[in-house]
Amino acid sequence: MKRILFSLVFFSVLIALWEGAFRAKIWSPVLLPAPIQVVQYLENAVTDGTLFHATVITMRRLLVGYFIGILGGLPLGFLTARAKIFHDTIGTLALGLQTLPSVCWVPLALLWFGQSEAAMLFVVVMGTLWSVVIATDTGVRNVPPIYRRAALTMGSKRLHMWFKVILPAALPFIVSGMKQGWAFAWRSLMAAEIFVTILTGFGLGQLLHYGRELSAMDQVIGIMFVIVVIGLLADKIFFSPIERFLHRRWGTSQA
Amino acid sequence: MLRHKTGSVTEELAVISPSKLLIQNVSKSFRGTAGDVLALDRVSLSVAEGEFVCLVGVSGCGKSTLLNIIAGLEKPDSGTVLADGKPVTGPGRERLVMFQESALFPWLDVLDNVLFGLKLKPNLTRKDRYDVAKYYLELVGLTRFEHANIHELSGGMKQRVALARALAPNPRVLLMDEPFAALDALTREQLYGDLQQIWKARRKTIVFVTHNVREAACLGDRVLLFSPHPGRIQEEFAVDLPRPRDINSVDLAGYASRITRALKNFSGSELAVAE
Repeated sequence: MKRILFSLVFFSVLIALWEGAFRAKIWSPVLLPAPIQVVQYLENAVTDGTLFHATVITMRRLLVGYFIGILGGLPLGFLTARAKIFHDTIGTLALGLQTLPSVCWVPLALLWFGQSEAAMLFVVVMGTLWSVVIATDTGVRNVPPIYRRAALTMGSKRLHMWFKVILPAALPFIVSGMKQGWAFAWRSLMAAEIFVTILTGFGLGQLLHYGRELSAMDQVIGIMFVIVVIGLLADKIFFSPIERFLHRRWGTSQA
Repeated sequence: MLRHKTGSVTEELAVISPSKLLIQNVSKSFRGTAGDVLALDRVSLSVAEGEFVCLVGVSGCGKSTLLNIIAGLEKPDSGTVLADGKPVTGPGRERLVMFQESALFPWLDVLDNVLFGLKLKPNLTRKDRYDVAKYYLELVGLTRFEHANIHELSGGMKQRVALARALAPNPRVLLMDEPFAALDALTREQLYGDLQQIWKARRKTIVFVTHNVREAACLGDRVLLFSPHPGRIQEEFAVDLPRPRDINSVDLAGYASRITRALKNFSGSELAVAE
């Protein structure tokens, strides 16, 4: 209760400072609109459907690419952890490409796929894939051999071993890789949407871009706010419960 | 011991005939940084049905290697292991291992750990598995903790769960690799009592590896002494004491000191003598 109160006070003060700066006319109202203007923009964008539409388009790009990245990354990570030949080839490639900021894929994606959904998808997949490959590889390598041995004596082998022993044992690593992949994918998708107009759909990044073109600061700040909220929700709804479960089961310290 | 159970649970919990083990001329070497190390040198040994045999020796004398070979987790360079006359070619659920670390799966709770091996056994219904798992949890006295996470258990409780997990698929041979080495003395004493009781009730053939002489004298029908470099069985002692045995009894101390003396003769002073 006390904690909720503190954060309420904190954010109220923040908004009050913003309102104060607006009233003191330190900056032109074009550059710094009042909080209420941003709220009004968001209200309009919600009622006329633009915001909902853009969010759906962005989330669709993100989720489809993200799941392709995970579905591809898990088996690749298993392979690189199990066989030297894959480790020396795909593993090295993954390590190299993971260091590449995923926004750097945008120019290449545009030349290859044009201003299309495929380009967006490609960027998101590249943001996710390599993090998941590397985390899975590390996770599988860190599974204590004694788990495999114990499972072997009880009759577990092949697929059962992978799904019931190796995968769950590596899960803490895999989840942190998925989280990193999510962050990379989200950032690179936003960059791509800001850079590139794609006629098949305007995402949040494009709304942000047009806010700048029209010098509509209320739109710029409003969309930024929405992007922050989506990031927070992904963490609270998707990752936090998984991490809490892992902490509870494994007995690792609760952050 | 068995309460009224019906159908396949009764079958599953039935006390089955324990297995006879025959180990013939088993050799195994490992490649080390200082050349090959002969971990086992033509070791032969036979374990009778339902016998409790302890393998004792200093660290690195090959006793754990022998256990792994019996389990089918490692292959010998030469020699054969027969279980009931059939050669051992790989791991199998009729020979289950209990390791020094509990090797319990942290992503499963206590009950699911015990269920793990049961789920791999064909022809059991869901209810059968639960009944069997709960029976063994009761046997090791952990019914109250069936939904606990592994990290919440003490060292002794973890080994009890590991014992229940190893017993649940009803193996004929139980292979124990220093299962109590990491526990405090009091917990260990309790487990000696429990293990003897369970062994009597469930009629298993047990091969138990330890470096603790007194522990071996307390648990084993026979105690086999291993010498290191190369690993060989040097001497064997039959422990002829009534059960259940108390680790603190004077008779037992007599056996332990005789075994310790023999062990010192061929392995220097590296031996960790029992408390």
